Amino acid sequence: MAINKLNHMDYMDGMEAIDSNIMDKVLYYAEAFDYRRYTRQDVIGALAKDLLSIEDYAAILSPAAIPFLEEMARKAKLETAKHFGNSVCLFTPLYIANYCENHCVYCGFNCTNQIRRGKLTLQEIEEELQAIASTGLKEILLLTGESRKKSGVEYIGEAVKLAAKYFSTVGIEIYPLNTQEYAYLHDCGADFVSVYQETYNPNKYEQVHVRGPKRIYPYRFNAQERALLGGMRGVAFGALLGLDDYRKDAFAAGLHAYLIQKKYPHAEISFSTPRLRPYINNAENNPHDVHEKQLLQVMLAYRLFMPYAGITISTRERAGFRDHVIGMAATKISAGVRVGVGGHNEEEKGDEQFQISDPRSVQEVHQMIVNRGLQPVYTDYIRV
Amino acid sequence: MNDPLMIGGHTFQSRFILGSGKFTLEIVKAVVENGGAEMVTLALRRANLGGEENILDYIPKGITLLPNTSGARNAEEAVRIARLAREMECGDFVKVEVIRDSKYLLPDNDETIKATEILAKEGFIVMPYMYPDLYTARALVDAGAAAVMPLAAPIGSNKGLSTRDFIQILVDEIDLPIIVDAGIGRPSQACEAMEMGVDAIMCNTAVATAGNVALMAKSFKQAIEAGRGAYLAGPGRVLQNRAEASSPLTGFLED
Repeated sequence: MAINKLNHMDYMDGMEAIDSNIMDKVLYYAEAFDYRRYTRQDVIGALAKDLLSIEDYAAILSPAAIPFLEEMARKAKLETAKHFGNSVCLFTPLYIANYCENHCVYCGFNCTNQIRRGKLTLQEIEEELQAIASTGLKEILLLTGESRKKSGVEYIGEAVKLAAKYFSTVGIEIYPLNTQEYAYLHDCGADFVSVYQETYNPNKYEQVHVRGPKRIYPYRFNAQERALLGGMRGVAFGALLGLDDYRKDAFAAGLHAYLIQKKYPHAEISFSTPRLRPYINNAENNPHDVHEKQLLQVMLAYRLFMPYAGITISTRERAGFRDHVIGMAATKISAGVRVGVGGHNEEEKGDEQFQISDPRSVQEVHQMIVNRGLQPVYTDYIRV
Repeated sequence: MNDPLMIGGHTFQSRFILGSGKFTLEIVKAVVENGGAEMVTLALRRANLGGEENILDYIPKGITLLPNTSGARNAEEAVRIARLAREMECGDFVKVEVIRDSKYLLPDNDETIKATEILAKEGFIVMPYMYPDLYTARALVDAGAAAVMPLAAPIGSNKGLSTRDFIQILVDEIDLPIIVDAGIGRPSQACEAMEMGVDAIMCNTAVATAGNVALMAKSFKQAIEAGRGAYLAGPGRVLQNRAEASSPLTGFLED
C-alpha cells in the first residue's frame, strides 16, 4: 500500500475551520495525564467531594481507583438518582447505509473490507421507521457509514424528515459536517449528534485512519462544536476503548465534553462507551485490555465527573452487564437493535458493523427495566 | 383547621405539590394518596399520548395537573410548550421553567419573567420557577404570576434551604403564594420552610429516590402540616443563650 502523505492535522478542502481552542486544551491535558502518579489518597479525596475537579477525575480513572470500584459505584448510583431519578430512556439505532470512504483499520465498515454494501431507499427507510415505531419507541438514532458520495447530506436530511414524522427524538451518527449542514439537518428534525473521536491520541489516530476524510483529526474533533453552532440541542462523545491507551482516551473524552459544556452551557451532553468488538473478516480484533471492570471504571468516572451527563450503554455489551449499569451510571439503553443496514422490517441490505451481545426486543428490555425498579422512558424531549 | 391554599382562584387543602419526573410511574398513585397531594407536576416532554409509559395515564383523576415547560431554553420555547400543554387538555395551570444550563439547571429569571407575562395574558395560571431574587419576584407579580416558586437549592441536590434568607425576603415582601420548589431533601427541611411562612412545598427527587417511597411521601405530608401549624401558631419567644448583663445599659434613666 502506498504511504499516505496526507497530514492528519491539516484540514482538507471544504472542511470548515472554527475558532476554538478546546482541542489544544484537551491535547495539552491528555499529554500531561500520567495515571501512574495517582495514589489511594488522591482517590479517597476525590470520592469525598461533591463536585470533582479535573485532577479528581484523573485520579478516579487511574489504576489506584480500581480497588475503590465498589465505592465509586455507590456514589455513582446516588448521583444518577439525584439527576435522573428512576428514569432510563429507550431508543434504537437504524443503519440506513453502510458505504464508507474511510479506511479505519479497526472497523467492519472500512472501505477495504469485503462486505455487502447497501443503502436504503426513502421508501425502505419509511418502512423500517414504521416497523420500529410499532414497538412503541419514540427515540431513534440514524446511522450511515461515512460516505458523502453515496449517502449525501440531502439523503440524510430526507431520512431525518421521515424519522421526525414517527419519533419525538431524532439523533444522527454520521460523518462530521460543516455548521451549515448541521443547521440544515436540524431544520429537517434532528436535534442530537454523536461523533466519536475513536482515539484522542493524534499519533495513534494517524496510524489507524489510513485513508479518507476521517483521517483529519481536528475536523472530527470540532464536530460537536459545529453541531451546536448549527443549532443542535445535544452532542455525544466517546472514545473507542481499547484502540489505544483507554485511560488516556477516556480522560480526553471526558475533558472534551466538560470543556464543550463550559463553553456552551445549554448543550445536553452525553457519553457512549464502546469497546473494540470482533467484526466480520477480522477474527483477531478483540478488546484486549478493556475488560468489564475497566469499562465500568470509565463509566463511573464519567458519571462522577459530569453527574448531569447522559450515558448510553451499547448492545456491544452483554445483557447482564447492561442490566446492572442502568440506574448506576447509564441513563439510556438501546433495544431491538440491528446493526446491519435495515433489518427491522425487511431482510438486511448490508452487513453489520460489529457483533451485538444483547439481541433483546424492546418489550424484553422494557420488562427488565421495570423488574429492576426503574422507569422506562420513551420520550424525554419535546421539539418546539 | 380550615386553612386553604389559594392559587389563581383555585383552592387546595394540601400544601404538598408533587413532582413526577423522577418517579417509577406505577407508584405515582400510591405516592399521591400517601402524600395527600392535590397537584402534580408533569414534564410535557414526558407526555406520550396513546403511547408507552405516558405519564398522563398514571396521575389519578381529580388531581390538578401542573404541566411544566422543562426543556425550554428561552421564553419563546416555554410559551410554545405551555400552549401545547393546553392543547393536550392539561388545564390552565403551567409551571414556567426556563433553563439554559445543563450542569446546574438554574432558572433564567429574565426569560422566566418574559414567558410569565405572555402566558398570563393568554389566561394561564402561571407558576414560575425562579432563583430567589426580590426584583425578579416583583417583576413576576407585575407580569401576572399566580405564585412564585423559588428554589431552595439546585434541583435534585437534596441540600435543603441553601437560599433560606432570600426566600424569607420573598415571604415577607411578595403578596403571592411562595412555593419552595427545588432542593428540599428531607421532611425536616420542608417543615422549616413552612415555619418560615412559605405557602407550599414542591418535592420530587427526595421522595422518588427514598427507600420506601410511600412512607416518605406521608412523612413529607406530616412535616409540611407541622410546619404550617407552627407558622400559624406563631413561634414563642426564643431566649438568647447568654446571661443578662448585671449593669443594664439603660440603668441611668431617672424618670
